[in-house]
Amino acid sequence: MSQHDTTHAPKATGGGLIGWIVGLLVLVVGMVVAGFVLDAGQVWVVPETQSYVALGGTADAPERWVASASEAGQAAAAAGTVVVASSWETVTELPAGAADRPAAAVMSWNRTIGVWLAAILTLCIMSFLIGDNPFYKTAEALVVGASAAYWMVYSFYTGIVDKLLVNLWPGLVRSWTTPGLADDYHWHWIYIIPLILSIMLVCRLLPSGGWIARWPLAFIIGATAGFRLLAHLESDFLLQIKGTITSLWAVNAADTFAFWPSVSAIVILLSVLACLVYFFFSMEHTGLVGKTARGGILVLMVTFGAAFGLTVMGRITLLTERFDFLFKDWLHLL
Amino acid sequence: MLNLLRNLDRRLIFLIMGLAVAIPVLMRFEPPSEVTMMDQNVFDAVQDLPDGSRVLLSFDFDPGSQGELLPMAMSFTRHLAEKKHKIYFMCLWPLGEPFIEDAMKLLQEEYPHLKYGTDYVSFGYKPGGEAVIKNIIVDWKQLFITDSRKQDLKEIPMTMKLKSAKSMDLLISISAGDPGTKQWIQYAATPAKLPMVSGCTGVQAPLFYPYIPDPLSGLLAAIKGAAGYEKIMSEHYPDLKTPAFVKSRFSSTAAQQRMGPQFVAHLLMVALILLGNVIFFIDRSQGNA
Repeated sequence: MSQHDTTHAPKATGGGLIGWIVGLLVLVVGMVVAGFVLDAGQVWVVPETQSYVALGGTADAPERWVASASEAGQAAAAAGTVVVASSWETVTELPAGAADRPAAAVMSWNRTIGVWLAAILTLCIMSFLIGDNPFYKTAEALVVGASAAYWMVYSFYTGIVDKLLVNLWPGLVRSWTTPGLADDYHWHWIYIIPLILSIMLVCRLLPSGGWIARWPLAFIIGATAGFRLLAHLESDFLLQIKGTITSLWAVNAADTFAFWPSVSAIVILLSVLACLVYFFFSMEHTGLVGKTARGGILVLMVTFGAAFGLTVMGRITLLTERFDFLFKDWLHLL
Repeated sequence: MLNLLRNLDRRLIFLIMGLAVAIPVLMRFEPPSEVTMMDQNVFDAVQDLPDGSRVLLSFDFDPGSQGELLPMAMSFTRHLAEKKHKIYFMCLWPLGEPFIEDAMKLLQEEYPHLKYGTDYVSFGYKPGGEAVIKNIIVDWKQLFITDSRKQDLKEIPMTMKLKSAKSMDLLISISAGDPGTKQWIQYAATPAKLPMVSGCTGVQAPLFYPYIPDPLSGLLAAIKGAAGYEKIMSEHYPDLKTPAFVKSRFSSTAAQQRMGPQFVAHLLMVALILLGNVIFFIDRSQGNA
């Protein structure tokens, strides 16, 4: 990456540095006060132990699991026929800021730290509105790093293990990640081809074997193009033409003429034609063609305006959701 | 004054916008809102199915879009549960899977009579985007050998006889981008003639309107669509208005609560746009523009 590709936080000097330090101090003091006064970010849970016993079979292959507290479980325990027992703890999270906590409730440090981290990182990202700064940069780097790691691990298990290895070495996958895999699930030789293509693709990293990767890349590009062509043709071309021209005379459920749906259909048809004329550059846009093209521009502007309005709505919702989190889950103000 | 407005610090506008959103959130301000025909169409698509129908619910979004899409995802889950439909969860986005877990937790807490495997099942995430859809339309078990809990599909009552996605009675995609609603339309709803409805982000909505009414029966556009859907839901199922549902972790009125900040922020936006134009025209009349 060249020097020009990176953005740098402006150097905080003089008043800027003092401003940031004062702001940070106020924020830290505010957080400490919020932590003590509002119990900010505290997450309380009610732990519950789940105990199950296996009846019948062997310890390695039990036949049936029942809850220890059930009649069958207690009877088996009394009779000494329990093959193997297992227990673990589950927790039920209480609503944020719940006043009446049950006696069994305990504070979950893991979840509390998680809420605090999320709140601090949210504020760090929001600080970009004031200007580029080290807090924003730190949060941004954390997001990028965590996302990359998550994608890598997730892709390995869902792509390589669950799609490739399971079809080549089902026994290995059964003993490793998928004990529920059917015993009669056998390997499929066809998956040798994607294995070879994958290895060829990795050859791109070799200093002198980069050309090998072009073969699987050609396969991917060709297959994807063919794959998408048909789908686009049907849903984005033929179906759209049909939808535009076949419903001008709309009828309602009682099979009588529906005025407004018909008007709507005619407006859509005229708008489509006007937009098509605007993008038709083989004729000079003068006279009737010019006027129609101007109508097309108008339709496009309305479309862009609607898209912008919906985008604004989406962005405001994101901000609302973050405030909701800060006020409800972190500060317990709601 | 004019000079002050002309050189207004953009950070001041950010602050005003922040307050315009934060104050309604704190006040829990909810403006009156109308249900649109589109919201009603989506509701009817789920409601008109016979009880116990098979519905594929795909969570094709990630935390970046949860503000817009999670409320409608939870509304769909509640509606399907109320109608006792069989819910088949899956996602085409890797970060969609935690939301499926949240939806299943909601089912465990609010509808404890529904059981995993007989009333709902999760297939989790599979990489491949449109290729996943293309595969499950032909042969489900060719691609999904197990569910997301790594259980053999032949052992799960809901999936024992499942051949392909063609056996679904309705597709629902909650989409934040690609792969998402567009791909479900192209590779499932159109070729297999499957009924489909969708919920999507505001950015995507204009792209999907051309697909209505065929193959999309209805579309919930952004938080406004989700709020409309919640309103219809609470009219049909009054229990959803009770504090137990309203104050739950996934509130049954989450989208409606977010319409207050929308209302105030939009008013502010309109005011700022008008103000900017007034300054522009004044400048132009004075020969400054």
